[in-house]
Amino acid sequence: MVIEARHVVKRFGARVAVAGIDLSVPPGICFGLLGPNGAGKTTTLRMVYGVTRPTAGNVRVFGIDVATDPRAVRSRLGVTLQQNVLIEALSPVENLRVFGRYHLLPHRLLDARVEKLLDFLELRSHAHVPVKQLSGGFQRRLAIALSLVNDPELLILDEPTTGLDPAVRLALWARVRALRAAGKTILLTTHYMDEAQRLCDRVAIVARGKILAEGAPEELIANHLAREALECECDENEVPALLDGLPVAHVLRAGARLTIYADDVASLADAIRRRDGGERRVMVMRPANLEDVFLALTGSTLEESEP
Amino acid sequence: MNLSLPHALAVWQRNLAMYRRTWKWNILPNFFEPVFYLTAIGVGLGAYVQQMGGLPYAAFLAPGLVCVAAMNGASFEVTYNIFVRMHFEKTYDAMLTTPVQPDDILAGEVLWAMTRAAIYGGCFYLVTTAWGLTPWHAAPWAVVVIVLSGLLFAAVGLVFSLQIVTIDLFSFYFTLFLTPLFLFSDVFFPLAERLSGIWLWVAEALPLLHPVRLARLGFAHRWSAIMLWDVGYILGVSTLLLLLCHRSIHKRLTA
Ligand SMILES: Nc1ncnc2c1ncn2[C@@H]1O[C@H](COP(=O)(O)OP(=O)(O)OP(=O)(O)O)[C@@H](O)[C@H]1O
Ligand SMILES: [Mg+2]
Repeated sequence: MVIEARHVVKRFGARVAVAGIDLSVPPGICFGLLGPNGAGKTTTLRMVYGVTRPTAGNVRVFGIDVATDPRAVRSRLGVTLQQNVLIEALSPVENLRVFGRYHLLPHRLLDARVEKLLDFLELRSHAHVPVKQLSGGFQRRLAIALSLVNDPELLILDEPTTGLDPAVRLALWARVRALRAAGKTILLTTHYMDEAQRLCDRVAIVARGKILAEGAPEELIANHLAREALECECDENEVPALLDGLPVAHVLRAGARLTIYADDVASLADAIRRRDGGERRVMVMRPANLEDVFLALTGSTLEESEP
Repeated sequence: MNLSLPHALAVWQRNLAMYRRTWKWNILPNFFEPVFYLTAIGVGLGAYVQQMGGLPYAAFLAPGLVCVAAMNGASFEVTYNIFVRMHFEKTYDAMLTTPVQPDDILAGEVLWAMTRAAIYGGCFYLVTTAWGLTPWHAAPWAVVVIVLSGLLFAAVGLVFSLQIVTIDLFSFYFTLFLTPLFLFSDVFFPLAERLSGIWLWVAEALPLLHPVRLARLGFAHRWSAIMLWDVGYILGVSTLLLLLCHRSIHKRLTA
């Protein structure tokens, strides 16, 4: 295992940020921590690369206890923090060089890495422009480039695409896939279920410092709900008449809106239409996703729930 | 203690990389400041106060002001600048994702503060020498004193910076601590001639007093045993304070 965390707990005074988490991340996969604001994602990452000591439990990375040899562990991993940390007065190239020195990379090697990263993250067009003049998407790409300067085996990305426009998100996803294809292990956090679903081989759904469910995205959806979802407006007292006897895996209500999970919602919709008589009830059919799993597990949505 | 000199130098180099961008603008005021001081005192105050401690007043002042410049150089760096890097720019959070450790950051920042002290104090020394107030041959000793001043005030300032939670509190540090030090540490008048008895001993606690005495005696080639006490004070107090910093920087950065 690249990462092996056992019963990890982190308290800040009376506040419990992480309430006993176990993580096993094998080499070569992309693992996602999916959870709302304040779930404890960043704190978990900080314990993985060893900058925060767990209140209880322990973390091994590359088989090394992070608490005893943080230098050895961190020389082999890279971290992109949630908030970009760049030297705004300096250019991307200068930022990369400064960061490379933290790893004590020799000059030659550093030069070669900088060249490679300028291409890989498409930074070359503004390689010598002060960072403060660059767009948010460019700055984010540079932040990711910094975390790759030591050619890490493990890449940790804390909300890599939050606040970026759709085009930039797509471009970054492609880079993450390329890194995974090159054999790197990736641990990322996100509160976008589509991101987790598209990038991750495995995800852990985190809320209030606990892992609620873990597995491959399709596996989680299949185990907790069903393949597809049907949304419609309907009163509480109509439900038995509409659904009794139909093959429904799970039902969730949010206000007047009912979401019904089933493996074949098209035939379910037909059945409901027949029971409705002539009434044209508006129904939306879509694949079930991780957000639905989260909703089923916590009763709240990823965006709204607070610690 | 988990200190690696190469990593500390990488931290120092980060600051150097930034400074190289702006040094031309940064260094200019360092030359104006002594010129203004020495003109005001030479042309103005010096016309009324002719002698101080057996020297023309401007010549009496010069060694002390060199130390004050070094003190200011180090102090700005370890107060506002470090606070911004720690709390606003999150520079240290990024460093700690690499093999750099908190002790390396501490050491790198102290080295950088000493470098800034050397730039400030060095410029001041050059101007006073060009003015004929300090001798050229004192240059090696000036470097020693300036670097020691930088170390001492880097340590003092860091203890303060690592305790406080809002940047506004630095105005207390400057007006309630550094300004009185500047005024009462032998820079403007010979403290020993104005104090007696127990107060002479109390005054020895003032940090700025020691570099000033080292500078004044050394520049005049009046080497004396008391200078050993001054060097001992600076090294001892700095070590003690940096040990405190070692504990608080861990608490601050690795919570
Ligand atoms: N240094 C700290 N001191 C006190 N409380 C903290 C500290 N760091 C985190 N917390 C608290 O721990 C909880 C988890 O925070 P964390 O930053 O790990 O969440 P997150 O999942 O990364 O959230 P977000 O999506 O907003 O980044 C929050 O309630 C937060 O306020
Ligand atoms: Mg976070």
